[in-house]
Amino acid sequence: MSRLAPGHRGCPGCCDAMAANFVLEAAGDDVIVVSPTGCLEVMTTPYPESAWEVPWIHSLFENTASVAAGIESALKALGRKGNTKIIGLAGDGATMDIGTLGLSGAFERGHDITYVCIDNEAYMNTGVQRSGGTPYGASTTTSPTGKKSFGNRTQKKNMPAIMAAHGAPYVTTTSISYPKDMMRKVKKAVDIEGPCYIHAHAPCSTGWRFESARTVEIGKLAVETALWPLYEMEYSEITGVKKIKNKKPVEEYLKAQGRFKHLFTREGGEKEIAKIQEIADWNVKHYGLE
Amino acid sequence: MKIAIGGMVEPGSTRVNKTGGWRIYRPLYHKDMCIKCGICSLLCPDSSVKAQEDGYVIFDYDYCKGCGICAYECPKDAIEMVLEEK
Repeated sequence: MSRLAPGHRGCPGCCDAMAANFVLEAAGDDVIVVSPTGCLEVMTTPYPESAWEVPWIHSLFENTASVAAGIESALKALGRKGNTKIIGLAGDGATMDIGTLGLSGAFERGHDITYVCIDNEAYMNTGVQRSGGTPYGASTTTSPTGKKSFGNRTQKKNMPAIMAAHGAPYVTTTSISYPKDMMRKVKKAVDIEGPCYIHAHAPCSTGWRFESARTVEIGKLAVETALWPLYEMEYSEITGVKKIKNKKPVEEYLKAQGRFKHLFTREGGEKEIAKIQEIADWNVKHYGLE
Repeated sequence: MKIAIGGMVEPGSTRVNKTGGWRIYRPLYHKDMCIKCGICSLLCPDSSVKAQEDGYVIFDYDYCKGCGICAYECPKDAIEMVLEEK
């Protein structure tokens, strides 16, 4: 079973390394992985080294899905596709901002690829700039908190809904804090013929500002507060939902992270927290989490 | 530096970089408390907690960065983080 080789430059407690390991363990050895620019690429392949022990290629920031689609098409044209799984493994910036065009095209054409977005909710590699995945109220270097700002003003883009709108056979959310859930979904996705999309929530201790040992705990809190719903969609219909047994208030998730600290220390923060609770409540209702 | 065609490099070659030097806290294994659930080796971002054939684990201190996830997630507190001594 493959995993990333040690010696990579990921931070202690790195969520990207965990996500890559779960994908590799679930997908098996007959894979070709495509990664765009991002933490995962930079930390695993400082030239002339590589932490990958499966075929791996670095695409551009914007064309992960295009390169994956090209590999799939080439193998088919050469009669060498066999059972080889083509996997795109990209961050939230590359998926939800820069690479959306190529990703949409690949899903429209229906290539047999699996695309995994490792969503740590900002551009961590370049120093925590906001992305389309950054949630409401989070402080990043380009959505800083200050006298007149409570951090990021926009809501997290609903990327799984965009991918489901392509009519893909399988679109799902998961979290690195639920490795068995994630590995089951990766296995399912790579075995389905056609384009499949997996959106994996991945807490980053460096960018979100919490102790590295708590990576898994923070991810679980996101699910337990309903800020990160776990569900599966087949051909645009929801077919599976992970129910929440004891739903927690969003404060428990927010107060554990430095990027939301201002919500608790600044006057007016409680109003912002109430807005974030509304997002969680919407998720509960929309996805039927309770 | 000579760059290979396509920038190709050897698989798994990051092993030359011993990241154990980053460590501030070291995981200490209490084998008698371990129930062999394997969570620590599954979660380790640095593939440095290795499950053995008998189900117990060994730590690879050459690469362990001391993030503490294994100790934090261990259901039996069989791993303890202690200050690294050089």
